Amino acid sequence: MEERVTTRAHIQAPVSRRTALKVGGGLVASAAIGSPSIVRAASDDIMIGHLTPMTGFLGALGEWAVLGIQMAAEEINAAGGVMGRKLDVKSEDSINPNTAATKAQRMLERDEKAFLMGEISSASALAISQVAARNKKMFMALGPRSDTLRGKNCNRYMFCTDIPNTVMVNAVGNALLRDGMVKGKKFHTLTADYVFGHDLLRAAKSFFAANDATLSGDDLVATDVTDFSPYLLKIRQSQPDVVCLNLAGNQVTNFVKQYAEYGLPFPTVGFNLNTADAWAAGPGNLSGTWPTVWYHTLQTPASMAFVEAFQKRYGKLPENHAWIEYVALKLVAQAMEETKSTDSEKLIQHFEKGAKFDIMKGREAYFRSWDHQLVQEAYPFSVKDAGSAKDQWDLMTLGTAVPGANQPLEAIYPTSEQNPCTL
Amino acid sequence: MQLVFLLEQLVNGLVLGGYYLLIALGLSLIFSVGGVVNLAHGAFYALGAYVSVEIAKYVGFAPAVAISPVLVGLLGILFERFILKRFYTADPILGLLVTFGLAMVGEETIRIIWGAAPQPASMPALLKGPVIVGDFLFSKYRLLLLAVVAVVLVGIWYLLQKTSFGRVVRAGIQDPDMVAALGIRLQPYMTTIVVLGVGMAALGGALFAPIAVVHPAMGAEIITVAFVVVVIGGLGSFWGVVAAALLVGVVRGITIHFVPAAGEASMYVLMFLILMFRPRGLLGERMEKFE
Repeated sequence: MEERVTTRAHIQAPVSRRTALKVGGGLVASAAIGSPSIVRAASDDIMIGHLTPMTGFLGALGEWAVLGIQMAAEEINAAGGVMGRKLDVKSEDSINPNTAATKAQRMLERDEKAFLMGEISSASALAISQVAARNKKMFMALGPRSDTLRGKNCNRYMFCTDIPNTVMVNAVGNALLRDGMVKGKKFHTLTADYVFGHDLLRAAKSFFAANDATLSGDDLVATDVTDFSPYLLKIRQSQPDVVCLNLAGNQVTNFVKQYAEYGLPFPTVGFNLNTADAWAAGPGNLSGTWPTVWYHTLQTPASMAFVEAFQKRYGKLPENHAWIEYVALKLVAQAMEETKSTDSEKLIQHFEKGAKFDIMKGREAYFRSWDHQLVQEAYPFSVKDAGSAKDQWDLMTLGTAVPGANQPLEAIYPTSEQNPCTL
Repeated sequence: MQLVFLLEQLVNGLVLGGYYLLIALGLSLIFSVGGVVNLAHGAFYALGAYVSVEIAKYVGFAPAVAISPVLVGLLGILFERFILKRFYTADPILGLLVTFGLAMVGEETIRIIWGAAPQPASMPALLKGPVIVGDFLFSKYRLLLLAVVAVVLVGIWYLLQKTSFGRVVRAGIQDPDMVAALGIRLQPYMTTIVVLGVGMAALGGALFAPIAVVHPAMGAEIITVAFVVVVIGGLGSFWGVVAAALLVGVVRGITIHFVPAAGEASMYVLMFLILMFRPRGLLGERMEKFE
């Protein structure tokens, strides 16, 4: 016998194990690559590039972002557009900082977008802001909360609309101080291992240092972690008084579900929570006090009207990213009307002059001229007791706005001494 | 004290490894019989989670966990009959491409039906909480999960090693032509194995739904781990996959104990090291078609 024929070698194309592994690995890795939009708008439209994560650990938030900004665009266009021109907002998945930068570049150079908006990831926002600055076009970062975007990495072309980490820490911190949960207490922190988490940890640590609290544990958590059990064991081993969470996106939901599963006795506080993460946790899993930029139970006429319109349009309650994207496009549209221009330079000057905007809260908001962040009220909100929630969306009780009515809005923001931004 | 902490992480890693096993073993089984690396395995896992969350609204948690794998397993029949079957004898790259495409179709289908926002899912309060044995803390739910995995594992092992069904399957893995020459049609055996594999993935999804985020891309998260486990264990090897799953769980736990930030990277480093010394994985057999 000259040739030994075994298995199915004779009926299969010869492919080495190595090739099979390479292709397999490559396909798994390439799952994240999206495709650019190829639809062109009518030339008279005001074209705005919108980047936001629609996949990955922030993907669930990005979906809300798209709903919010598109609803604002629809309403503005239905009311006659801006300066008689229609708004054309194209939303694309930003995926990761690299892809976000590439897409931003294409949007500004080839697609001739007037300016860019969006993003939730602080890392991707940083990448986009550098592209925007190079092209001298405005980038309005809507969801990112990292202090460094408004501080060390601030630039003249970037504006930030969400509350920064320092404000979130202050909003919850005040509630914790009131409840005697800080002074002399030991904290174990879990922190998302990217620019946002590191930044939030820094803000948390300076809050602890200022209020006589110590750390019994301090762990970084990769953004794609789904199983927290080794971290839960470490928490138990360090025996903290309070567990402090600086997590992001799906991490928050995964953690709270597994924390409830393991039934650890230590109270938790979190310095970052989005309503979508809370909703995803399911009843009975979430506990503690958290900060928020906006919640759908906010009792102002404009906010209540928005919630009603959103429900009518999409059949569900708006999440805080839907809200921020909605108000951000509205305020940009207002600025374009007021300046009669879509030019980035003119818009920047207008914002820097301290133009005020109604963002459906008790007080009007404005951009600080020297660090380009939107100064606004924030809120603590706490989880309702089991049984008192009307339905799965009715999880939280919104606290009163901070700072209090007698204090200036900037009281909860970093001062110019604390914030190293130079534009 | 440090040693006790480490031991606790080790035991916890074994528990987690048991869970990885549920997903990876199905992937490995389907590969063994059909020669196709099923990249759509994660989609069945996600579907298992979604279907169980949906059914649990009507019949409660435990029945939902039992019914969901059966329903998704039935879908496995269609998957095998209409798609997978055509790729057993084709270039393996075609099999990878078609299952990869199917994974995307699966994820988008979930997005269309249930929306992009995660689905809330909880377990009965009865199953929540810890079990403390000596110095060790376990999650009550995960111990239960481990028991389920053990039953499934023993069942699959028994089926493959001790029954006439298993003998035909094992012969088919070794030499399908000889089995055909003996007058045995392999097709129904293939279908059964795929249904089992897919059902195990769905069971994994249903069991993990109460403790992890149920979202459309959850399949893509797990398929990477499962793929790593199968590669470390050796493509197609039953005990290799068992050893690899436990090893990955333990290495991850120990790494997180010392360098928390490197927890997810540890399994890839492990894969790298093992493939350096054993290119076929821990217990991978020499397979003619891949040489």
